[in-house]
Amino acid sequence: MSEQDMILRMENICKAFPGVQALNHVDFEAAPGEVVALVGENGAGKSTLMKILCGAYRKDTGRIFLHGREVEIENPYHAQKLGIAIIYQEFNLTPNQSAAANIFIAREPRQRGLGRFFNCVDRRRMEQEAQVHLNRVGARVPATALIRNLSVAQQQMVEVAKALAVDARIIIMDEPTSALGEDEVETLFEIISTLKKQGIAIIFITHRLEEVFRIADRVVVLRDGQRVGSMTISEATPEKVIHLMVGRELTDMFHKESAEIGEPLMRVQGLTRRGVVEDVSFTLRRGEILGFAGLVGAGRTDTARLIFGVDRKDAGEIWIEGKQVHIKSPVDAVEAGIGLVPEDRGLQGLVLKLPVQENIVLPSLDKYARGGWVDQRSLLHTAASYVDKLNIRTPHLRQKAMFLSGGNQQKVVLAKWLALNPKVLIMDEPTRGIDVGAKAEVHALMSQLARAGMGIIMISSEMPEILGMSDRILVMHEGRVAAILDRAEATQEKIMAYASGEINKNSA
Amino acid sequence: MSSVKPAQTGGAVTMAQPRGIAWRNIITRPEFGVFLILIAMGFFLSLYTNTFLTSVNIFNILRAFSWIAISAFGECMVIITAGIDLSVGSVMGLAGLASAMLMARGISVPVAVLAGLLTGLIVGFLNGLMITKGRLPPFIATLGTLLMARGLCYGLTGGWPVRSLPQAFRNLGQYDIPVAGLGIPLPLIFMLIFAILTSFFLTRTVWGYRIYAVGGNETATALSGINTNRVKLMVYSLCGLLTGIGGVLMTARLGVAAPTAAQGYELDVIAAAVVGGTSLTGGEGTILGVLIGAAIMQVLRNGLVLTGVSAYWLQAVQGLVIVVAIMLDQLRKRRQ
Repeated sequence: MSEQDMILRMENICKAFPGVQALNHVDFEAAPGEVVALVGENGAGKSTLMKILCGAYRKDTGRIFLHGREVEIENPYHAQKLGIAIIYQEFNLTPNQSAAANIFIAREPRQRGLGRFFNCVDRRRMEQEAQVHLNRVGARVPATALIRNLSVAQQQMVEVAKALAVDARIIIMDEPTSALGEDEVETLFEIISTLKKQGIAIIFITHRLEEVFRIADRVVVLRDGQRVGSMTISEATPEKVIHLMVGRELTDMFHKESAEIGEPLMRVQGLTRRGVVEDVSFTLRRGEILGFAGLVGAGRTDTARLIFGVDRKDAGEIWIEGKQVHIKSPVDAVEAGIGLVPEDRGLQGLVLKLPVQENIVLPSLDKYARGGWVDQRSLLHTAASYVDKLNIRTPHLRQKAMFLSGGNQQKVVLAKWLALNPKVLIMDEPTRGIDVGAKAEVHALMSQLARAGMGIIMISSEMPEILGMSDRILVMHEGRVAAILDRAEATQEKIMAYASGEINKNSA
Repeated sequence: MSSVKPAQTGGAVTMAQPRGIAWRNIITRPEFGVFLILIAMGFFLSLYTNTFLTSVNIFNILRAFSWIAISAFGECMVIITAGIDLSVGSVMGLAGLASAMLMARGISVPVAVLAGLLTGLIVGFLNGLMITKGRLPPFIATLGTLLMARGLCYGLTGGWPVRSLPQAFRNLGQYDIPVAGLGIPLPLIFMLIFAILTSFFLTRTVWGYRIYAVGGNETATALSGINTNRVKLMVYSLCGLLTGIGGVLMTARLGVAAPTAAQGYELDVIAAAVVGGTSLTGGEGTILGVLIGAAIMQVLRNGLVLTGVSAYWLQAVQGLVIVVAIMLDQLRKRRQ
């Protein structure tokens, strides 16, 4: 296909966020009626690239051509006018309004005559036209139906109809199948082929490789903000794609010091929360760092939340040191000797408004209290000793947590659990968004804790971190344990193959 | 931990906790701004009237806002957890009425007073239950109890006030303790005692730490293994109890329990807390601030009377002061 036939061409797109080059001279193109799959690891830059295309982010440099004409996409509204629509994983629908109202949101047809003067919506016309668009995508949804009464798949169809209603020529779908059942995925694929025939270009972001080979005409692979490959589906093989996705050198340094791995500390059996986590079982040993690998949405964080009692489990048993524990809330989990360093420091880990010292002592308050009265000296002493030990850089203990850097905030979250000395520490993305120095400090601390006999579960989306720090690696795929690999046998390719569902030990 | 020598302990703590100059600590305290407003108002009033700065007038002010302040200590705790209690005015009325009705039926004063306090505690506890177990937003739950408690006041009395309360009871609100030629009102003493108690409770106990944590970030607090519902239940119960105490004192002072008593006081109570620097988004607030806030509202009321401004203007000025005080507070925070 020649250059002129392309409906979309993006050239040399660059975008930097503080501390990361999210996109580094990335090219991308799509032809009318073409389904392009965009794949890559977590953080490879897929979403950033698409957000630039649909006007949610501004690019730093680079050029975008639509139908051969250069355009400067200013905002989402502008992108929509240019015929670019995006369907996010989280739908943008108002649940208490009808499908028709959502399809025509902000462009409702007005009544004629006096009604026009008062800006009255012509409901009948709106519903009729909405129905036409719904029928175009083959949705058996009445235009008058309220969004909240529709299934997830039907809501997605409304989103597609909404895109058609603005006459979109390019439709971006961000992980459209992640919330769908098998039958619904089939329906979606039928819709995609219908759109294809109408000459609409579809950009399909996905983590599931088998879908790429079923539906896409071409696959584009991003890695670390760069485009590392583009091939037609006939040239591609799963092995090739996986290799391109992960094919980086392991250059980062890790403070992995071998700890003596002791007897089993925590055993999890058949942990299930329907539709999210299915039958997860594993054993964590004393002194072990068990890495949880997998793609975003594979159920790693959900597993942690089930263990910690944040969400209610449908089934599953947990034993600690050979005794079964019944965890119904984080209160029980802490009592059982489990700590959780959550994914989001600001929202879940810290009380940003409160001083460093109060954050550090929060879970362990009872330790410094007699009859409810806090012994300020022992509290201050503890807080100060952890600030010292973990090298937390803060002007003083009364500094509010919000004024610390990300790395130091993370160390405060760690300190608050260390003060309680848990047996098991679950760390969800422990080094996300912190600088290299702090990262190394956190890693060194993890090794130190493991040596002291703690069992650590480390959820991480960074492959080098998983490979560098873990004694064993549990790979999750769609809520299930796809594999548990030993440090010696684990490779990036293997992990990615299990994580993307390309190999599946359980079903094999 | 116990193996660390005290000498080292001292070193580490002072390293991380600079004492600084005491003066600096005072002016950077969040209460300092509203304190200045209070001083400015007092200064202005003592210049323009020769009645403001008399011991009689000052004690009148202090007595008159003591029950508002005591209830506001509870409200302050509720607001620190990022909640709100709209029912305090009605609860004040109901608690006083409960005591009065029992005494009118010949029940002894201590028992009747306890019953009044218990009434406050129970309503507060119900508020807490509706908010935690019933998952109602605090605004809705306490709006409901505002109406229910007030309705009870009317229903139980048929709209008639309860009069002729025993002198022993009225003394709680009316007695002045003679100290060095001055008569210090008993309610003022109660207010100071409860100010100290709640302040210590908030800053020195495990519960107090948890109250600030819940309001600062409920998710993070729950994920730290703290039962946040229990914290909230306690806070609403305490607010009810303190409000009950305020209601009993108010009734003792007035010597009559009207079903309309304390109507609309919830706004005075919330205003006292908020003017005193308690943040409606939670996690921030001090009892000292509330005390100053309550004082400002009462000095304002008193000042308008003394300067001869018509009472009809009172609410307009109060509203203005609330808005200005909080705007100044926001400015202070933004500069931080």
